[in-house]
Amino acid sequence: MKLHVSTGPHVLTREVTQTLMLDVLIALAPTTVAGVYLFGLRAAWVICVSVIAAMISEYVWQKLMKQKASIKDLSAIVTGLILGLNLPSGVPLWMAALASAIAIILVKQLFGGIGNNFMNPAMFGRAFLLASWPARMTSFFLPERLLGNSQAAFGVDMISGATPLVPQKLGITLDIPLSDLLLGNIPGSIGEVCKIAILIGLVYMLVVKVISWHIPVFFVGSVALLSWLLGNDPLIAILSGGVLFGAVFMATDYATNPMQKIGHIIFGIGCGTMVVVIRKWGNYPEGVTYAILFMNCLTPLIDRLSSRRVYGMVKNHV
Amino acid sequence: MSKNNLKGVFVNGIFNENPVFRLVLGTCPTIAVTTSVTNGIGMGLAATLVLLGSNIVVSSLRNFIPNKVRIPAYIVVICTFVTMIQLFMQAFIPSLYESLGIFLPLIVVNCIILARAEAFAGKNPVLDSAVDGLGMGLGFTLALILIAAVREVLGAGSILGYQIMGNGFEPVLLFILAPGGFLAFGLILGIINGIGNKRRSKKIVKEAKAV
Repeated sequence: MKLHVSTGPHVLTREVTQTLMLDVLIALAPTTVAGVYLFGLRAAWVICVSVIAAMISEYVWQKLMKQKASIKDLSAIVTGLILGLNLPSGVPLWMAALASAIAIILVKQLFGGIGNNFMNPAMFGRAFLLASWPARMTSFFLPERLLGNSQAAFGVDMISGATPLVPQKLGITLDIPLSDLLLGNIPGSIGEVCKIAILIGLVYMLVVKVISWHIPVFFVGSVALLSWLLGNDPLIAILSGGVLFGAVFMATDYATNPMQKIGHIIFGIGCGTMVVVIRKWGNYPEGVTYAILFMNCLTPLIDRLSSRRVYGMVKNHV
Repeated sequence: MSKNNLKGVFVNGIFNENPVFRLVLGTCPTIAVTTSVTNGIGMGLAATLVLLGSNIVVSSLRNFIPNKVRIPAYIVVICTFVTMIQLFMQAFIPSLYESLGIFLPLIVVNCIILARAEAFAGKNPVLDSAVDGLGMGLGFTLALILIAAVREVLGAGSILGYQIMGNGFEPVLLFILAPGGFLAFGLILGIINGIGNKRRSKKIVKEAKAV
């Protein structure tokens, strides 16, 4: 028998970055398929371009900087895919490519590559586009095809419209059936509309233990609770914007959220609160992007507040 | 002091000790006013004039100002020049005065000016101090123009107000907003320091080889 002698920690799992990222990709598959089905070929192009641009920028940057190529760990593909799913289907392709390059080079590589980014690269890419070309980023197309029996009143295909959050912001209650909200028969970004597909992804990630339930549950829960307190329909608040997609796929990014469970809870509640605050009092109808980026920046502070007492040490007085 | 030394003092402010890229002083006006090249030039020249004046006065009074109250004394001198520049601009270039806004009176608390009074003018003769003020001021102006050029070209597709990008160009609005200021400043600072470090390490290798 061959014994392997080493000092701890003794890693027994076969899990490496690549398998983790593969799990995330599998979890993203349903919402990608649903997005492409709903928004048509155009959406597929946007997603392809952002994924390929993310891979190319990572590869080129690491070649130029003479770093070890980490293209095989699939993280660039995940970033590109999440970014693509975050864009409206009508956005010009060069914008998708630019956002990917910025996400990978500016946010990920300049801060030291995978695991060292202080904010979610895909979120920053989206925020960059949103601040630079607000008109392009907020003209959403209606789905080309509809899923299931829709009672939605959208007669015309492919006209630009606002997400259901805009009328709500203006104080108009929109009567969209729950089934349409769940299936994604509403205007929005490619990946965020079909809530059922996102939930399938969430269940998959929870089952294979890629993420824990704390952040998504507390994120979505606090959005629902606060929206209800402010007099909005909590179901519409959750289902009509990017809350679910953000809570499942972006707030749970390992590198940019706290390490402890208690930190996850604070992070989730913070994200949810910021979303509601931006929706209610901010200039934008939707605030998931900025809420997550904001909490990303607070993550080191949350970690300090929620650090566990090391066994045998006296809790230090802050 | 010799002529050679004066030249050294002047060039020092522009390159080796560039207030923005080397000393990282005065970053608040740097980020705030560099939304257009015109603003950058205006701010840079205003600061240069204040720097020149305050350096000359502080240097000529350096033997009379008691050490304990030197900072308030410097501030009074700087305030005087800033007020002069402000009134002058308001009278003759009102449009620039409007667009610089609060950042013009805020030159009073610009660290570059106080830093030069404290670090240089308070210890050196008048001529040297004047040259130092000019060098530092020009270094500041050039840095502002560099950052402003990047931000204006990307953020508005123009330079000095003239459209230079083609019709197809959609301005990256972010670059004339505050986050773009931080981004452009950080990236240019990084690039300049990267080049500087490379040159320095090459020099060290060269010297080591020579030995």
